Amino acid sequence: MLELFAAALIALGTAFFIAGTVGLLRFPDIYCRLHALTKADGLGLALIALGVALLAGSAGEVFRIALVWFFVAVASATCGHLIARYARQSAGVGDD
Amino acid sequence: MTDPLVIFDLLLALAIVALAVAALSVRDLFAMIVLFVIFGLLSALAWVRLSAPDVALAEAAIGTGVTGALLLKTLHHLRFVSGTLGQQAALGVTPVTPVPVGVTLANAAFCGLITLGLAVAFLGAPAAGPGFDALVAEAMPLSGVDHPVTGVLLNFRAYDTLMEVVVLLAAVIAVWQIERGLSDAPAPAMGEVWQGFGRLALPAIVVVGTYLLWVGAEAPGGAFQGGAVLAAVGLLLLLTRAYVPQPGHRGIARGAFVLGTAAFALVALLVAGGGRVAFEYPLEHAKTLILLIEGLVTISIAVTLAALFHGREPVALTKGGRDDA
Amino acid sequence: MTPDLIYGLCGIAVFGIGLVGALCAQDRLRRVLALKLCSVGAGFLLVVGAWREPPAAPDPVPHALVITGIVVMVSATAVALALIRRLQTLEADDER
Repeated sequence: MLELFAAALIALGTAFFIAGTVGLLRFPDIYCRLHALTKADGLGLALIALGVALLAGSAGEVFRIALVWFFVAVASATCGHLIARYARQSAGVGDD
Repeated sequence: MTDPLVIFDLLLALAIVALAVAALSVRDLFAMIVLFVIFGLLSALAWVRLSAPDVALAEAAIGTGVTGALLLKTLHHLRFVSGTLGQQAALGVTPVTPVPVGVTLANAAFCGLITLGLAVAFLGAPAAGPGFDALVAEAMPLSGVDHPVTGVLLNFRAYDTLMEVVVLLAAVIAVWQIERGLSDAPAPAMGEVWQGFGRLALPAIVVVGTYLLWVGAEAPGGAFQGGAVLAAVGLLLLLTRAYVPQPGHRGIARGAFVLGTAAFALVALLVAGGGRVAFEYPLEHAKTLILLIEGLVTISIAVTLAALFHGREPVALTKGGRDDA
Repeated sequence: MTPDLIYGLCGIAVFGIGLVGALCAQDRLRRVLALKLCSVGAGFLLVVGAWREPPAAPDPVPHALVITGIVVMVSATAVALALIRRLQTLEADDER
């Protein structure tokens, strides 16, 4: 039962990743693409991490998965910000 | 064929080959580096599938992370020199001398023949020749550690590892000489969010790097993986400008470059002095010696990789930016 | 179809692609990257050679060799990139 639930979570997370990728390929400009990627992938990652944590054997593993999730989430948010910032600056829309 | 993971393997292998082709054929150099980083991470994933987690860690941290950072830094410098820094796409930053199509075709045909020969040799090779696994498994109790790869790296084939540390040392000496007097490209301003991320990530990276070093004795990890992760601390410090290399710090940096090699060679000499072969550690001290060497080598690797990223030797700034022109 | 066959052929393909790139690419940066691809391809072959059918542990000696190779490759790459930066600066000075 637990395994089935975990598999469902992972599948749902994968669906979010696919949605984000479709957004990356289909959206017209860099801001829309970032919007699709950062939001969909953030949720997808959280769902997959949750699913994998359910399957983990020990508390230590769950803790490590949580740490991985936290730092990937923070890093991807920072990357999204840096890309948007760079795009804004090189387009010449004022500098902040 | 019933194993569903075969489908995953096939897709992953296809993606790796496609990314290699894409990285070499895309016109934008920035896109080339990004594709290469994805390629490296997927290769690391493939090596996990081949039950080589140590190699995967090393490839992800050193082969992809540090190499990617080095490539990006060089691209930034080249675009600064060629005056294309403000442009969105980075197309060919080095001058191109046209090569006759015939030469290119002949080269490509030559490469194709070599690859074909390799493929024939690979497919015709015996399925599983005798490896070193039995020998290593037999000698493991004598190594002082529980993880075979660490045992091979730091004990059975320690000469290789010593020379590897020497190669890193030679590289940083060469880079400092080549870059002597070269003017630095201005570092891009990255903003407050990046600074905050740096502050948050720094302590975590230090913990992860030390953990990788420590866990290397019984599980995948070790000096090179830990050193590369700690080198990321150096990169973050340099990029957030929390640390700006000063000319006065050159002595400390040189000491850190040599530390690993010196400790490694010293242990070998001391062991050899006790009537043994150079890397035949006495069993009761083997674990201590290996951890000592690994710890010092890790510091050396971390500082050396960060110095390779920084490039130019920190010298006093003179007016005009050139001190030997 | 076992992983060693799939990834062995994948490694040979990557090596070949890198070789073509190293000889035929026009841009210096791309040529260095092509050599790095060659080294990854060679690493694939060594790791495949060390692989054993799952219950058996893989051969640790080639693994140690590949780790050594990765570190040597990053040193060589760093020196090559420093040479490229120097060359480019010299050429830019000549044009002035």
